[in-house]
Amino acid sequence: MNIQIRPVLTALRRHKVGTLLIALQIGLTLAIVCNALFIIHQRLANLSQVSGVDEADVFVVANYWADVNRSTEQVDAQVRADLIALRQLPAVLDATPASGYPLRGGGWDNFVTMTPDQVKPTTDAAVYTGDEHFIDTLGLKLVAGRNFRPDEVMAMGTQQAITPPTAIVSKALAERLFPDGNALGKSFYAMGATPSTIIGIVDPLHRQGVDQWSNSHAGQALIWPLRADDSKGIYYIVRARPGQLADAMREAPKALYAQSRLRIIDPKDGVQDYATIRHKVYDSDRGMVILMGVICAVLLAITAAGIVGLTSFWVGQRRKQIGVRRALGARQRDILAYFLTENFLISATGVALGVVLAFAFNLWTVARFALDRMSLGYVGIGVVVLLLLGQGAVLAPALRASRVPPIEATRSV
Amino acid sequence: MFAYYLRLGMNSLRRSPALTLLMVMAIGIGVAASMITYSVFRAVSGNPIPGKSARLFTPQIDAWGPQQNLRGEPAEALGYIDAMALMRAHEGKRKTLLYPVQLSVIPGGNRDLPLNASGYAVTSDFFAMFDVPFRYGSGWSAQDDDAHANDVVISSGLDQKLFGGADSVGRTLNLGGHDYRVVGVASHWNPRPRFYDLFSTSGFADEPDVYMVFNRALDLQMRTGGRNSCRGSLAYTSWQGYLQSNCVWITPWVELDSPAEAEGFRRFLTNYAADQQRAGRFSWPPNVRLRDVVQWMDYEQVVPPESRISLAVALGFFLICLVNTIGLLLAKFMRRAGEIGVRRALGATRSEIYAQYLVEAGTVGLAGGVLGLLLTAVGVSGVGILFQPEIARLARLDPSLVGLTLAVAIAATVLAAFYPAWRAAHVQPAWQLKSS
Repeated sequence: MNIQIRPVLTALRRHKVGTLLIALQIGLTLAIVCNALFIIHQRLANLSQVSGVDEADVFVVANYWADVNRSTEQVDAQVRADLIALRQLPAVLDATPASGYPLRGGGWDNFVTMTPDQVKPTTDAAVYTGDEHFIDTLGLKLVAGRNFRPDEVMAMGTQQAITPPTAIVSKALAERLFPDGNALGKSFYAMGATPSTIIGIVDPLHRQGVDQWSNSHAGQALIWPLRADDSKGIYYIVRARPGQLADAMREAPKALYAQSRLRIIDPKDGVQDYATIRHKVYDSDRGMVILMGVICAVLLAITAAGIVGLTSFWVGQRRKQIGVRRALGARQRDILAYFLTENFLISATGVALGVVLAFAFNLWTVARFALDRMSLGYVGIGVVVLLLLGQGAVLAPALRASRVPPIEATRSV
Repeated sequence: MFAYYLRLGMNSLRRSPALTLLMVMAIGIGVAASMITYSVFRAVSGNPIPGKSARLFTPQIDAWGPQQNLRGEPAEALGYIDAMALMRAHEGKRKTLLYPVQLSVIPGGNRDLPLNASGYAVTSDFFAMFDVPFRYGSGWSAQDDDAHANDVVISSGLDQKLFGGADSVGRTLNLGGHDYRVVGVASHWNPRPRFYDLFSTSGFADEPDVYMVFNRALDLQMRTGGRNSCRGSLAYTSWQGYLQSNCVWITPWVELDSPAEAEGFRRFLTNYAADQQRAGRFSWPPNVRLRDVVQWMDYEQVVPPESRISLAVALGFFLICLVNTIGLLLAKFMRRAGEIGVRRALGATRSEIYAQYLVEAGTVGLAGGVLGLLLTAVGVSGVGILFQPEIARLARLDPSLVGLTLAVAIAATVLAAFYPAWRAAHVQPAWQLKSS
């Protein structure tokens, strides 16, 4: 089939504004769709980050102490009693005290250095505290070394900054500190005057935060054998027996109140399972995915409808010319090809404009929000989608045009 | 004439319902997307204290030095040593220090379980500086600050919970095992974003329940219930050790009435930092900041990037809808070139044709606006699935948003119709009549 581009261009010159509007619309749509796809893909990647926690059976109790005047010894005694009570519950497999938990949405993190007097930190690690039950309760996978021994666990009061001599670190932190491997048995400093020696490595273990700062230190975390006996409160991370999560979540606060009533466990969100924790921490990511998805879909629909509308108008305007061409021997598929070519030329112009706009928008987000640069792939997908969309949208009016009978040439209107 | 154009417009719109529907939907959806994201943006980017935002400043002093500070910027809060030095100085009309405290109301009366009560340790100027409204009583005095008094101001919410909403001034309250005297009950007060504590909150926390005397909180060795940020090696084992550490956790604010006063205070900060350098506490030249409320909110990036990006994308979306509308209106108007020719030949002037088609576009805009309003109402109520609940709660469909939605829809459509209507007005009557 011999497609003539020159007559198409000549005709388009008579519809400058209409042509320009469709091209502009396609360009803008491409710019938005590429960036939206890019945002969706990034946010979806966030949503599926692994925590390392056995999320199906684990929940967290946020326990505040009502009486803030107790000594560290008194708080520690209460914490130990609470843990015994929790571990004895029939639906509970294990429990640990904690100062934070993965995906909490921010919390304690320390700079890490290789020597005590190093000023610029080597990296930053999320800090978890717990006793010898921490790893088993969360269901973390110990890939090297050993767990804490009960005699290694220390009590830390509100006004104390304690650096335990041992630590278990995430594989990501171990590799960041000791790129050559063999992190086991080596030591580091985490804002303390004394070192901590790595006795075990777990993998994976997500940080508490999911923000940009955390993502730039992804997976770098350390666990210290500490009962954080803060006078304000403590978290209890609890692992239910398989399938008994609901029972355990109901029993746990009751058991704790039975130990002492001078505590506050918020009836609304004091006890949260991991589904809730994950849902909450990724709120804005999920929101962006939904919003961008809806905008993409609606945008493509509107652009397609716009192309159909304007092309139909052109077809209506040119019925007579089409009739003349048909009478002069043009076949139906020549007419069809004419409109498809016309649309392709317009779309290609729009797409070229759109590629520029897409990168401009992306550069703005990079400069303004320090987001990542968009890879070429997204623009490639966008270009293909919009060219196909244009051809698809123009098909119906073009088919209608191809069915214009040659007799039209003889009609006066 | 307007009514006649309106009737003509309606007729024309009815003649091609698919095209009309397409335009109305494009405008409706476009305007709704913009308005939903704008309602959130408006809520998070508003000035929380418009009357005074240019007179309230938060001082920053770099106590960490160039190696450990925030890429050249001083820490976002002060440590104990610098905060106290700031308080002792005589510069500034009013000054306050504050940090979040986490307390609990000990059971008593008919309650058998303790209640959470979060709030702030503040100094006496806090209430006057930030225009805290009172239902009963008032804040405390500077003498009470010096006397480390056990005074508290409680929120009307806590007053309702504990005292049934009665005037509780003078009553005693046991918080975390200590007795406090209620001196005031604040009316509902929760400026958003919470400009005065952007160090510990993202700016959208629930209303605080209680405000206590800063010095009293220090006496009780209350650690901050919010953020605490430190540098270097930490080895404190006592409250005193913690206070002397480089940890920052106190937010300071000063009220300065004129640019000259602000300049004076900036000089004071620089001199203070220079003194610290001379005394050997800082081994770096003065690095201080004095940001007002708006500058501080901007520096702390109160508006979540999600909100800005979605607003930008939604506006781009609306722009596309408008381009789409221009194209469709052009098609629609030019299809009636013959009709225009007849009207022009019968004596209608160009401006009359112009007016007629703008009115027609206005009707489309109005219909799009109404559809947009419905979609906005649905969207704003469902915005909780798009943004964090504490932010989504702020998005509301109030009269100003309703007005704005309709106005934007109509104005944008009429604007979009300028070119197509101009083309319609310039149709050559003779040519049209001849070919028909």
